[in-house]
Amino acid sequence: MKAPGIGLRVQDLRVIFDGFAAVDGVSFEVAPGESFGIVGESGSGKSTVLRAICGLAPRTAGQVALTGHGDLPAPGSKAFRRQVQMVFQDPYASLHPRQTVDRILAEPLAIHGIDQGDERQARIAQALDEVGLGQGFRFRYPHQLSGGQRQRIAVARALILQPQVLLLDEPTSALDASVQAEVLNLLEGLRARHGLSFVMVSHDLAVVTHLCQRLMVMRRGQVVEQISAADLAARRVQADYTRELMVASAGFARSD
Amino acid sequence: MDAPPPSPSAASHASPLLTVQDLRVAYPDREGKLAQVVRGVSFTLGRERLGIVGESGSGKSQTGRAIMGLTAPGAQVTAARLDFAGIDLLRCPERQRRSLRGGRIAMVLQDPKFALDPVMRIGEQIAETLRSHARVPAHALRQRVYESLEAVGIEDPARMARLYPHEVSGGMGQRAMIAMMLIAGPELLIADEPTSALDVTVQLQVLAILDRLVRERGMGLIFISHDLRLVSSFCDRVLVMYAGRVVEEIAAADLTKARHPYTRGLLNCLPRLGQPQHPLPTLERQAAWGEEHAGGAR
Repeated sequence: MKAPGIGLRVQDLRVIFDGFAAVDGVSFEVAPGESFGIVGESGSGKSTVLRAICGLAPRTAGQVALTGHGDLPAPGSKAFRRQVQMVFQDPYASLHPRQTVDRILAEPLAIHGIDQGDERQARIAQALDEVGLGQGFRFRYPHQLSGGQRQRIAVARALILQPQVLLLDEPTSALDASVQAEVLNLLEGLRARHGLSFVMVSHDLAVVTHLCQRLMVMRRGQVVEQISAADLAARRVQADYTRELMVASAGFARSD
Repeated sequence: MDAPPPSPSAASHASPLLTVQDLRVAYPDREGKLAQVVRGVSFTLGRERLGIVGESGSGKSQTGRAIMGLTAPGAQVTAARLDFAGIDLLRCPERQRRSLRGGRIAMVLQDPKFALDPVMRIGEQIAETLRSHARVPAHALRQRVYESLEAVGIEDPARMARLYPHEVSGGMGQRAMIAMMLIAGPELLIADEPTSALDVTVQLQVLAILDRLVRERGMGLIFISHDLRLVSSFCDRVLVMYAGRVVEEIAAADLTKARHPYTRGLLNCLPRLGQPQHPLPTLERQAAWGEEHAGGAR
């Protein structure tokens, strides 16, 4: 495991689109090396929080800052983006269909000016090994890969800059159950190996409690409740909405 | 077509609503060789809820589409028997097949965003279904549309009928699609991942609507999904498909006693609230599961 990692602090974050508050005063903290989950229904603003952290959505108000030791880059800077990387929901949409895996993985390196010679080769090889794919996949196109393999490539692309914080936006919801298990295991292993901090968004309570130590329930842009995964698993919840979500995720109860 | 559906009690002991025997669907590949995606699926369906579960590519949707007659052009659909209420679906005239589709057999698709016509008001789309299967006077037509929207729990059907699909949420769109499928009073409803595009809370509402309608109208339901746990909580019987074949058929209540390693693997690899497992067990696929004559559970 690497020496002290980097955490994340979000204070009173607000994202307003045309007068509509998609995220309305959200605060949370992720300790270095911690895994933090955000749960909510569609439109609750959970993905917008992630996008605002990495600069894909405009931050109307509030602060985002990295926490930890030393000189930490400010959000919006290139150095910040090197530390904070994102994995998107749909591996069918997030990989360029006409680029090979090699080119997809080289793009972040080119942006950050580390794509010269041996460094490029070594990083790509290492990233593919990290996600359990190996060199054989290097010159394939996304359409030649299964959904699970594509999501591994998306994870490899996020890891190739050796970031400290990974933002995961529903990383397994487009995948089959058995493939989901593999990707979850992969993410868990990577976090342990590199001391990464995760912020994971999902609508699936079981997936979030599996991967995260703490989580936050969101609704209509606001935080309903922050709770530890252990408390959620033991059903020690405060808010009615969280309870509703738990009932819903238990499956359908037939009336007859 | 206007005949009232036979009462459920009369039909339940007679011949099954749907008989599928050795159904095969094959698509030509680039060299023109046929690749079978459904390989010898057999089952019968009464007025009950049957779940078909499998992962992507297992052939579950292709099975549903073959029954509906919506297989993509170029494919070959063969079966020893494909029989709906005494009608041979593969050998009946195309005209008759067409009148069944949307009339006596209806299908709810996964994503209302893609399945509804984006440039047509919801009310018109629902009315179109009814018009193409029954002669209904104009004033009664609107009334029927409103009733069908009310039946799926929409409070202001007049407003809903005026809206376009992009103006409603996913849950509302899916309700509209169910309303459209039910307006002609089908006897068999095929629901292909009807709730996968919806939030968990909305999922339950949509399932509750399906549940009530199936019970009240005595329809047969084929519920296609990748979600084994959801299906087992909703259906009476579950077919588990792998690589185009049914590897296990099991009563939903007995799912925990599933014998086939694939079914068990699917159940085990899901994370569970309150029962942490690190790492999650993964599914070790075995070539034998996909073999044509493997005898189910060993």
